[in-house]
Amino acid sequence: MTIRTEPMTVNVGPQHPSTHGVFRVRITFDGEDIVEVEPVFGYLHRGTEKLAEERNYVQVVTLTDRLDYTSSMINNQAYCLAVEKLLGVEPPPRAKYLRTLTAELQRIASHLIAVGFFVQELGAFGTPLMYGFRSRERILELFEMLCGARITVSYMRPGGVFADAPRDFWPALNRFLDDFAEEFVEMEQLLLENEILMVRTRGVSPIPPEIAINNSVSGPVLRASGVNWDWRKQEPYDAYDQVEFDVPIGSNWDNYDRFWVRFQEVHQSIRIIKQCIAQIEPGPVRLDLPLVLRPEAGREAYGRVEASKGELAFYLVSDGGISPYRCKIRSPSLINLTVIEHLLVGWKLADMIVSLGSIDINMGEVDR
Amino acid sequence: MSCQLASDSILYANGIYRVVYEIVGVVLPCWVAYAIAGLVFAFILVNAVLLGAAAITWGERRLLGRFQNRVGPNRWGPFGLFQPIADLVKLLTKEDLRPDGSDRVVFSLVPVLMVAPLILMTAVLPFAKNTALASLNVGVLYILAVSSITSVAIFMAGWSSNNRYAMFGAARAVAVLISYEIPVVLSLLGVVMVAASMSLGTIVEAQALPFFLVQPLAFFVFMAGMSAELNRSPFDVAEAESEIIAGYHTEYSGVRFALIQAAEFGGVGVVAAITATLFLGGWSGPWSEYLGWLWFLIKTGIIVFLFIWFRATYPRLRIDQIMAFSWKFLLPLAMVNLIAVTLEVFLLRGDDGVLTVTDLAIMGVVNLAVTVIAIAVFGNLIKERVSFRTRQPQNVVVPGVSTIEVI
Repeated sequence: MTIRTEPMTVNVGPQHPSTHGVFRVRITFDGEDIVEVEPVFGYLHRGTEKLAEERNYVQVVTLTDRLDYTSSMINNQAYCLAVEKLLGVEPPPRAKYLRTLTAELQRIASHLIAVGFFVQELGAFGTPLMYGFRSRERILELFEMLCGARITVSYMRPGGVFADAPRDFWPALNRFLDDFAEEFVEMEQLLLENEILMVRTRGVSPIPPEIAINNSVSGPVLRASGVNWDWRKQEPYDAYDQVEFDVPIGSNWDNYDRFWVRFQEVHQSIRIIKQCIAQIEPGPVRLDLPLVLRPEAGREAYGRVEASKGELAFYLVSDGGISPYRCKIRSPSLINLTVIEHLLVGWKLADMIVSLGSIDINMGEVDR
Repeated sequence: MSCQLASDSILYANGIYRVVYEIVGVVLPCWVAYAIAGLVFAFILVNAVLLGAAAITWGERRLLGRFQNRVGPNRWGPFGLFQPIADLVKLLTKEDLRPDGSDRVVFSLVPVLMVAPLILMTAVLPFAKNTALASLNVGVLYILAVSSITSVAIFMAGWSSNNRYAMFGAARAVAVLISYEIPVVLSLLGVVMVAASMSLGTIVEAQALPFFLVQPLAFFVFMAGMSAELNRSPFDVAEAESEIIAGYHTEYSGVRFALIQAAEFGGVGVVAAITATLFLGGWSGPWSEYLGWLWFLIKTGIIVFLFIWFRATYPRLRIDQIMAFSWKFLLPLAMVNLIAVTLEVFLLRGDDGVLTVTDLAIMGVVNLAVTVIAIAVFGNLIKERVSFRTRQPQNVVVPGVSTIEVI
């Protein structure tokens, strides 16, 4: 005899403790198993793309902070690269190194949040999350030294960075790196080999490389699916062609790999930061550009970076005015969400939350 | 006129009871004194559970703070000790919400039904030598029977809330509670067998060597099972916050929520007290005549700390893994423990039917070996095997991109 249960539709979100903000997904359950998924977004839509058309090129930098608020440095970087392409200018080398360095610090901070919340969603009551936040706090303090803000940094400008790092910054950075090596090992020991974590995540929700590529997935999710693809390697920007690092790649395509890849990327980020510190030389940090930029009419540019969550790109079109004619944002979180059906259907309710955590979406970026 | 308890009465040895009885007996008839003394003791127990719950919420939050590199509540009173009072006042002043379409009676009954079994359970707990409200000769059975009322209350909460998350939580909770009852009962059989009694007082007196040393396997099964029955990490699927909001008590607010929380944290305290009594020797210790209550408190505190430690450390298991853990791992372990203890008691017991300390020590050594072997064997059997794909490079053609290396 088979017992049939009636399918049950549940609105997960927009007010749910673990949908990373206001993401909503309508899920049809058969018992605990997921049979149908329908993502609904737009609850955090602020019209960033339209707002950008109303502001001049430098002012738009502040808007980019608010896209993915856990990696604002990298958002700044992507936008500034796009504007520089539009203008056809190149920032001075010291600015390039500062950008690389801060972007990698931001990547560490973002990945710490990602793995912290991932384990939080697995049910660990805050401890791993707080371990991550402890180190992230130090990074935010470093940012505060650089630009006075912690989250919405607006540190970078078209043609360089806002200002050179203060003298205290470098010793503070070194102290952080020393402490972080220890703290991060502690976190790894707690999590990477954790038996419960492994049985919960290994083999769960794999994304095969074909599906990942066909869905334009990028970033750690794509690399965990076994595809060697990193814009820092494929199309080096800023100082990434000057530094050495590896691209960690997963072999099982599952939740554990997505988790593991982030841990490995933090190690690579530390490598990059150390090389940046060794290579950076004194010099100007900002091109002498006019206060109000007016790129040539009809020009367009596509600036992309490997953000902490994937490929982040700004497509700018100029009509010769002081603000972009069009500013299209390719946000990795939104595009990574397109695999949601492969990720969730057929798995259980408990896996759903973890899988959503494993692609590490940020609603500020999904809804823009 | 004054009342005197007969010196051979079981109530005579109970210090608190006797004092109240004799004082009240000076002015009132003896039968009134008899009732009042019992009520006073019950009053103490109810407050012990509720204040204990408050103390545990405070302790848990402080300790979790320490585990997580933060401070925890420290504003109200010394070390934030009055934080539970502030919480309670806040919850009492909240609007009393009852969702539309909920079953009024059942919904309102749940908090009461959750707290009541806890308080009932404390009735048979010996806090010190001879100090229990009722020293039932079937104490263990009574505790098991009363504790299973909670699962009914949880299901009522889930059903009456008219909320799908609550329903999820309730369905999960009932599955978990029923599955874990069995290994817990089986693990307690070993304890009962060695003590040759179901009375908690006798079990404490039988622990010349604490039973967690004599039967480590039973202790392990009992702790794991009780973790699940209390819905605590790593088995807290019933109120998995990250998955189903708050599980069965999603819709509860205000004073009802306060009572449910009191039941949860009081449950930790009561279960810790039961564990301390059954496995850690309860009130026994140096000068137990006078300091029995202190040993009892310390041992309970240790178990509470263990529960909090688990919660701070472990992620949650999935529901199917929890069921597998119970049926495929804990149940066989409980069986192994039962068989081992049965044989040992049969072989070691003297003609007078008493186990000496030496016998207990021998059992402890043998059972330790059994524990290690059994956990290793069954742990290997339950292990989930994940097949790892071998890395085989393949070429995926993507239009517009020259080559993508795929591993």
